[in-house]
Amino acid sequence: MSFEPIVRAVGVRKVFGLVPVLDSVSLDVRGGEAVALLGANGAGKTTLLKILATLLRPTRGTATIAGHDVARVPEKVRPLLGVVAHGAWVYDDLTAHENLKFWATLGGLHADADDLTAALTGVGLDRVADARVRTFSAGMKRRLSLARVMLARPRVLLLDEPFAGLDQRAKKWLEERLEALKAGGAALLMVTHSFGRELGVADRLAVLAGGRIALDTPRGSLGADDIQRLYVVHAEETP
Amino acid sequence: MSYARRALAVAWKDLAVERRSKETLNALVFFSLLLLFVFQFTLGGDRERLAAVLPGVLWLGFVLSALLALGRTFLVEREHDCWEGLLLAPGDKSAIYLGKLVGNLALMLVVEALVLGLFVVFFDVDLGRAMPGLLVVVPFGTLGLAAVGTLFAAMTANVRARELLFPVLLLPVQVPVLLATVKATEGLLLGEPLGAVAHWVKLLVAADAIYVVVSLLTFDVVLEG
Repeated sequence: MSFEPIVRAVGVRKVFGLVPVLDSVSLDVRGGEAVALLGANGAGKTTLLKILATLLRPTRGTATIAGHDVARVPEKVRPLLGVVAHGAWVYDDLTAHENLKFWATLGGLHADADDLTAALTGVGLDRVADARVRTFSAGMKRRLSLARVMLARPRVLLLDEPFAGLDQRAKKWLEERLEALKAGGAALLMVTHSFGRELGVADRLAVLAGGRIALDTPRGSLGADDIQRLYVVHAEETP
Repeated sequence: MSYARRALAVAWKDLAVERRSKETLNALVFFSLLLLFVFQFTLGGDRERLAAVLPGVLWLGFVLSALLALGRTFLVEREHDCWEGLLLAPGDKSAIYLGKLVGNLALMLVVEALVLGLFVVFFDVDLGRAMPGLLVVVPFGTLGLAAVGTLFAAMTANVRARELLFPVLLLPVQVPVLLATVKATEGLLLGEPLGAVAHWVKLLVAADAIYVVVSLLTFDVVLEG
């Protein structure tokens, strides 16, 4: 794990209209580290992820990725990012292979047919590579979305509920891939509502409540029950 | 090279989605058919009256079809949650604009070819002499419509009442293009050679050039907006 944080948010505040969603959020994620971001609905987890992904500008404070300010130089930040958002970013009338090829080309990647096939094989979609995504289940679309991100081998991964809708095999595959990316020095920030095996990838837990990071602790040997207890104390009892 | 690849990827994607779903094409063909039927029914068989209004009728058909087609430019991204994906794509965003423009242009030209065929059938006009000139005027006119339409479609993609806002923004800007195309088409349908309407064609080419360049330069700001 590198000591220099790749992802850094300092005093980030975000206000929608008159409603403050984030008050003063400060959070670091180092290279080779995975941070699970927990919080109640409406706590601002997705907002924070969107700010880091250059999709929203913070009202105040700074957020940087590899030293680049996300609001000032988003064009320098974007090539470093892999984002899995709520939506799967797939076109229903294209095949899985075509979707992957389209996003790879748009992202400036030079992925050949073997790379695309390998990415689809990795998520167990190689047999349906030439089927239109319209026929896919939500879980299959999610896997295709993950294949898109993995293909780019990003330095920073911003994941919004990455395990949602995945079956056990796909979850295991994703865990392995995320571990491999961590081992390769990537920084992972992962929004989740789960306290189960999905947190196995995380090195640290951060709980967002009241517009601030209410808890930031190493996951260590904390079990699901311990994490749930901490979450209740910090997320649900923070005004 | 990467810029061209990205633009081509966007155009290819839009055309592949449309070729398979035929959502916009089917709607446009049916709409054009309906429009021409209404015009034919309203104008009747008075040849003199027809000759005076035919250029306007033809371009009204093109423009109304274009409004429908262009307004849907980024709908596929909205419907499939891919808008953020476009935003986060690294590199010059104008490649996305160029790809969208090419896709729109191809779709509109296909629809216009169909409308032109139906126009001949509905109004019993001989386009034989005018056709070489129309093959110049129609593509340039379509480019002018598509260039600004694609930009404004991106501008209104995330606003409420975009269906209302889109034509309100687009049509005033299209005045030079509409004026030049209708006047040039009028001359061609009256049997004049292309050289006789060259001044309108020049206006059209100039407007196209300005629209395309301004759109390429401002698309990044519009998309990030």
